[in-house]
Amino acid sequence: MRAVLRAVGSRLHPVGRLVRRYPLGTAGAVIMLVAVVAAAGADVLATHDPTRIDAAHTFLAPSASHWLGTDYLGRDIYSRLMHGARVSLAVGITCSLLGGLVGGGLGLASGYAGGAVAFVIQPVLDIMQGFPLLVLALVMTAALSPSLATTIIAISVPFVPRVARVVRAAVLSIRETSYVEAATALGMSRLRIAVRHIFPNTVSPLIVMTTAQLGTAILVEASLSFLGLGVPEPYPSWGRMLSVSAAEFAQKAPWLVIFPGVAISLVVFASNLLGDAVRDFLDPRLRL
Amino acid sequence: MWPFVARRLTLAALTLVGMSLVIFVLLRLAPGNIVDLLFQSAGYVDPAAKQRIAHELQIDRPVAVQYLLWIRDLAHGDLGISYRYGLPAWQIIRPRIPTTVELATLAMVVAVLIGVPTGILSATHQDTAVDFGLRVFSLAGLSMPAFWLGMVILLFLVREFHWIPSMTYVSPYVDLRAHLVQFAFPALAVGYRSAALISRMTRSSMLEVLREDYVRTAQAKGLPRRIVVNRHALRNALLPIVTVIGTEFAFLIGGLVVTETVFNLPGVARYLVEAITWRDYPIVQNLVMFIAIVVVCSNLAVDLLYARLDPRVRFE
Repeated sequence: MRAVLRAVGSRLHPVGRLVRRYPLGTAGAVIMLVAVVAAAGADVLATHDPTRIDAAHTFLAPSASHWLGTDYLGRDIYSRLMHGARVSLAVGITCSLLGGLVGGGLGLASGYAGGAVAFVIQPVLDIMQGFPLLVLALVMTAALSPSLATTIIAISVPFVPRVARVVRAAVLSIRETSYVEAATALGMSRLRIAVRHIFPNTVSPLIVMTTAQLGTAILVEASLSFLGLGVPEPYPSWGRMLSVSAAEFAQKAPWLVIFPGVAISLVVFASNLLGDAVRDFLDPRLRL
Repeated sequence: MWPFVARRLTLAALTLVGMSLVIFVLLRLAPGNIVDLLFQSAGYVDPAAKQRIAHELQIDRPVAVQYLLWIRDLAHGDLGISYRYGLPAWQIIRPRIPTTVELATLAMVVAVLIGVPTGILSATHQDTAVDFGLRVFSLAGLSMPAFWLGMVILLFLVREFHWIPSMTYVSPYVDLRAHLVQFAFPALAVGYRSAALISRMTRSSMLEVLREDYVRTAQAKGLPRRIVVNRHALRNALLPIVTVIGTEFAFLIGGLVVTETVFNLPGVARYLVEAITWRDYPIVQNLVMFIAIVVVCSNLAVDLLYARLDPRVRFE
């Protein structure tokens, strides 16, 4: 612990330098770390069973025994928040990674292979990008039966064209550079050029897009769950804690509405701060 | 200008055809067909009734024929029958359109009024406390779920002012003031997010332009800062801002879906959620197509406006 503090405080240590240069990004990283710890340690950190219904103790205000109060079924809100962090973060991280991987692959293929491949992939991607993100996610949930997998697919698919577009743009500019021309002249195969020269140069826009999408993924999951179309029971989810049934009791028990919303906002805020810092660090010219 | 308009119109038409194909395919990804899904919840199934509905929906026809029939009906303004209400879908959708359009317009007004000035202020005061504060303010807008912000606004209004907004739709012809109040808060809840995006885009666009030589020249010849910022910088920074405003108008629909639900406003976006929950597929298909048309039209409008603002675009 002391070593960590010394490293952060130091002007010369690389970590200390990063902290000084990106104070907001550091704040974001710290909040994300707290959320990850809450998600990973939910079993230990939770004070109650998040799914246990207790009809005798509904709508309890925050107190020593129920730190953040109880909901309309007498479930402990603090414990549900801890377990909900699992769903929110797991879904958020999985979706942005999945969108990043598939979108990155398609962008690479469309940008480098060009010709017939691009002719098939590109219009489909452009059309997919035309749909508002949440609307496309809603249609996907309508098409598939409600499950955790459906939610993940519904959130990831709208990311694919957005990532693909950025990666493709990067590939197109790299393809024209003189070092790719030199590699071609030296007789390197197209596949080898793609793997050795093109791909490494698309990594930083890819990372920037993926981190930027983490917050959006968490927000979309919350919106879907709020509408009752997201992750189904029994997983506690932050979005569903705010669902219409909770809204009905908002006046009677404001903590039902306040705490899950603060949790969502804080984590998304942190991932946005982190995303901005990552972008500034890796690619200062990229505007999103 | 006209060749550009023609090219852009063709592209918009092709995009719409593509979007209709995507919607059509997506809604047929479900295992089994729509009739099976409809009957799943019913319990007892009369095979004759099932057959009849399958025939009514034209599901017994080949997929390509189904698609063409759908497009033909769309072109004739026939949006099918809602299972939930047993009414023609258009009768249910039509009265809901003004609500959604009004909410979207108000939200966009809020977004532009907040977003553009804060973005300019942020850029002209780069790396000061003002800039820092405004950036946190706009990031917060991107981080709060619109539906939660709506809930908190409602909660606050009731707690502090003991004011309970009408939970049923108030027509502007009955009570204009109540109507505006009813729409102001959801517009604020949805508009904040777009304001944040516009603010960020305005800031980065302005920062780029403020570094241009002609801005330095204008300043060097002694023009007041206000004129340099508004006339020389803002005018040239406007293009990306117009783009983001245009795309946001289309993407606002996502925010409306949840906000109309929170504020209990009878709009088109909320109806989409209801139709999905009830698995009212013909309605989902037509509503999403309707949204696609709105998106394509607003993108088209932005591009034409863009070409008008910047002659360079026309000759690409």
